[in-house]
Amino acid sequence: MEKEIVIEIEQLYKSFREKHILKGIDLTLHKGENLGIVGKSGIGKSVLTKCIVRLIEADSGSINVLGTDVVSCDGEELNELRKKVGYLFQGGALYDSMSVRENLLFPVRRTQFVDRKHDTEELIERSLRSVGLLDAIDKMPSELSGGMKKRIALARTLILKPQIILYDEPTTGLDAVTSGEISELIQQIREEYQTAAIIITHDMKCARIATDTIRIMKEGQFVTEGTYEELSCSGEKEIRDYFI
Amino acid sequence: MTKNRLNVKHMNLKQKLRVKDDTRNFYNGIFIDLGELVIFTGNVIRQLFQPPFEHRELVKQGFLLGNKSLALVVVTGFIMGLVLTMQMNPILSDFGAQTLLPGVIAVSMVRELGPVITGLICAGKISSAIGAEIAAMRVTEQIDAMEVSGTRPLSYVVASRVMATTIVVPVLVILADAFSLLGAFLAVNIFEDTSITLFMNRAFSMLGFIDLFPATLKTVLFGFFIGLIGSYKGYTAGRGTESVGQSANSAVVISSLTIFVIDLIFVLITSIL
Repeated sequence: MEKEIVIEIEQLYKSFREKHILKGIDLTLHKGENLGIVGKSGIGKSVLTKCIVRLIEADSGSINVLGTDVVSCDGEELNELRKKVGYLFQGGALYDSMSVRENLLFPVRRTQFVDRKHDTEELIERSLRSVGLLDAIDKMPSELSGGMKKRIALARTLILKPQIILYDEPTTGLDAVTSGEISELIQQIREEYQTAAIIITHDMKCARIATDTIRIMKEGQFVTEGTYEELSCSGEKEIRDYFI
Repeated sequence: MTKNRLNVKHMNLKQKLRVKDDTRNFYNGIFIDLGELVIFTGNVIRQLFQPPFEHRELVKQGFLLGNKSLALVVVTGFIMGLVLTMQMNPILSDFGAQTLLPGVIAVSMVRELGPVITGLICAGKISSAIGAEIAAMRVTEQIDAMEVSGTRPLSYVVASRVMATTIVVPVLVILADAFSLLGAFLAVNIFEDTSITLFMNRAFSMLGFIDLFPATLKTVLFGFFIGLIGSYKGYTAGRGTESVGQSANSAVVISSLTIFVIDLIFVLITSIL
């Protein structure tokens, strides 16, 4: 039986002034699938994920996420959709005036109006336990390392129990050991929370561990698709070069 | 030779056209900015009435922003009262109208100088601080992170700050007025021995509802626009770190200008009434 489609993008175009970034992107993401997107810097990988949550407006094309037409939906519908889609930013984007606890509490308090302290505490602890950082609950973001920030940001994403997570270079700027741990974590989260994910990465170790299929992006279009094993043994040198 | 001359002519024309384009872009930019600011204002006002209400953030921002300008406002108000009295005393003495001095100082401070000077101080301290803080949040993707989690940053980040400045600026103006009267009282005592009761009686005898109501309303608007413009500049900041400084800078310039425009409108209205 075919798996449910959670993201479907057709003929997506996006330009910034005269610079054409996305040139007719087609993409389908199924429930429970971890899709990796690999490509050189500045070719529009992040622009694509930002179009999915309408942080950037697409010029043309259609984006359907969990049955909602992202391009044409109104503000309320978009807000409701965004609660179901987690987004992990490159730098973590933790709210630096709030402690870790407040960072995690903030989206819950603002979106679900949960007032019972017991429930929220349990939610926060579960999310932090998922990323292995329960001890950091009372720390401020400035006291955390790069890897810890990314984990906490991931915990903040998980607290709203998203059905889809968009990872924007989750291992960038981290040492090999920590990026390995984050990649394992992405896999664990998929199993624990049954999420689908798009993972933008330059880190081939991360792509190998965390993704089921990989798409290579070049000049605003996908040029090929396959598993890590298939692509790393590709007959084309240009494709094999990404995996060196 | 002729070819060179043609090239120079062509370059000059190109330059002229570029200047025209820049001028057009500049004016277009102003109107686009104005239009965006109107939409932004509408959205912020809508957020003020939508739950969840951030009481704690409102109190925190009110305290932080008020605290930031308190010392400067109080000292400036005190010195203004002192200086104004020392300047006015010889002039009024020439006309034998020294007894009017407390009233003249009170009217000029409460109606005009207190609100405008406090407004300008707050534009410099508060509006720039808000602009820089929100721009930094934009650069570090904190605003984006709020947006993608459906937490409506406009309500949490902007509405709470706009509300805070709308409340705090009038309070600061009242304090500035009070300290300016204190400064005036001290200055009066340099020339003659006057009791505080007599001074205040003379000061308040010249102040009427027509002085207090527009002045208070004006300060509420000053506060609203100081918060709003700072937030708007921060919220619409670019992605680079230089946009933090630019947002703070333009927030000060635009809010200072707005204060003068609002003041002018109020003066025109009150003079008609």
